[in-house]
Amino acid sequence: MNCDDFPMLKKDIIYLDNGATTLKPQCVIDKIKDYYENYSANTHRGDYDISFKVDQEYENTRELVRKFIHAKYKEEIVFTSGATQSLNMIAFGFFGKFLEPGDEILITQSEHASNVLPWFVLQKKLGVIVRYIPLDSNHYVTIENVRDAITPHTKVISLAGITNVLGDERPMEEICKLAHERNIFVVMDAAQSVGHRKIDVEELDVDFLAFSGHKMCGPTGVGVLYGKKKLLEEMEPQNFGGGMNESFDNADEIYLKDLPTRLEAGTPNIAGVIGLGEAIKYLDSIGMERIAEYEKNLRKYAINKLIDIPYIDILNLESDSGIISFNVDGVFSQDVAYYLNKYNLCVRAGNHCAKILKEEVGVSNSLRVSLYFYNTESDIDALVELLRNKEKIMEEMI
Amino acid sequence: MDTEKKREIIMKHYSNPKNRKLPEEEGYEKVNTANSSCVDNLDIYVKIENNKIKDITFMGEACAISISSTSIMINNLIGKSIEEAYHYIEQFESMVSESSYDKELLGDANAYFDIASQGHRKTCALLPYIGMKKILENCRKEK
Repeated sequence: MNCDDFPMLKKDIIYLDNGATTLKPQCVIDKIKDYYENYSANTHRGDYDISFKVDQEYENTRELVRKFIHAKYKEEIVFTSGATQSLNMIAFGFFGKFLEPGDEILITQSEHASNVLPWFVLQKKLGVIVRYIPLDSNHYVTIENVRDAITPHTKVISLAGITNVLGDERPMEEICKLAHERNIFVVMDAAQSVGHRKIDVEELDVDFLAFSGHKMCGPTGVGVLYGKKKLLEEMEPQNFGGGMNESFDNADEIYLKDLPTRLEAGTPNIAGVIGLGEAIKYLDSIGMERIAEYEKNLRKYAINKLIDIPYIDILNLESDSGIISFNVDGVFSQDVAYYLNKYNLCVRAGNHCAKILKEEVGVSNSLRVSLYFYNTESDIDALVELLRNKEKIMEEMI
Repeated sequence: MDTEKKREIIMKHYSNPKNRKLPEEEGYEKVNTANSSCVDNLDIYVKIENNKIKDITFMGEACAISISSTSIMINNLIGKSIEEAYHYIEQFESMVSESSYDKELLGDANAYFDIASQGHRKTCALLPYIGMKKILENCRKEK
């Protein structure tokens, strides 16, 4: 649906790599262009009209994000460069300050590198321990396994809401409830969730949430860190400099601004933030429930067709998101991707920045099709048609 | 080289690559070579004696282009002196960068003559050569 809104879809490509990044609708592109052409000034600084307009647009986006993820306070929304920076700020700026040697952080083997490596670095730095929650036979997280993995030393559970390789959706609300009963913090990597689902941080009761603008029709280089206000108050800035300080005289007298500004040092990605605001308005105009339902049905359609091809091994038959990971038996994933590219089909091959494939599923890499609302049944038909003939794949993969 | 011939060479080396095995004796230098834009990841083992390449083997996982290119490189480099190997690699690099090169010297490696037009696949074809050069450079330093 809404294909006409996307200039990239008029370029004779079939784009099935939405887990990596999504395409941008014309309204987002126009909004960014409008900033650069008509009111290109800095934030929080000017005493002149166009700078005032920048402040308005920038802070409007904060309000749009707040409403979009159903946060309580505007101060709980911090703009970052993306989910990766948000997760690093959470790990180092908050937990780096409080964790002690022997404290445990629970993650899983299906996390994206951005939700693994910051914790590994903390392990090295502070002597905390990163442990994996065991996954079930489908490689999914169950509430029972979370319960079993918790020890008296567990301080943090950090999980993707939807994983980027197998696309499984975690029971985050139940996990938060279980964790909070035991005074454990929950961090949610929502990079694959926010553009695809309604997210309500209050209902989930999650402590921190991270996501990227470019995976939800917004521009690259902008993302969001959400944190409960009382927790963000305790977060130590990872960047110090312009915009975030109230005043300073010497090393002992540095006064920082209030939330969220003190966590946004330097000139922010203004065009990115404003573009993200437009992307949110756009997604809202379609409706998040509608998007989720559409993707679910399209995935079902794709699975029903792919399952009939005998040499295709689907790694995640059951999944609630628009992600399908699979392999063509006997053909290296990258060679298949190259073959599909000859027909202007964009799919991703590789390990998708996660360890799960090798250590859990037992394959070293896969093809990943990740759907979004602008994909259609005819996109799937084209994919299936190209995959239906293995000889043709072998013939044309080089 | 026509497309059919090119395909035939690449598929021959991909389906039955030369020396895809661990070394069976001592005295090999090992280097890992991996492609940052995809998942190609190879270990290359080289035995050099008296300034000559005695043997090369490899292990790992990669696409058809990387595997076949490694196999062809191994075929063409065994028996060459270090200087000859350098010259061969330079010729290969020239070819994939669309500069002039010694066609005769490259033999089966001519199958990648137009790889530059295939986006990322140029890096796949070059992958074994990047590893090989590291080993040759180490040899030069040790001398």
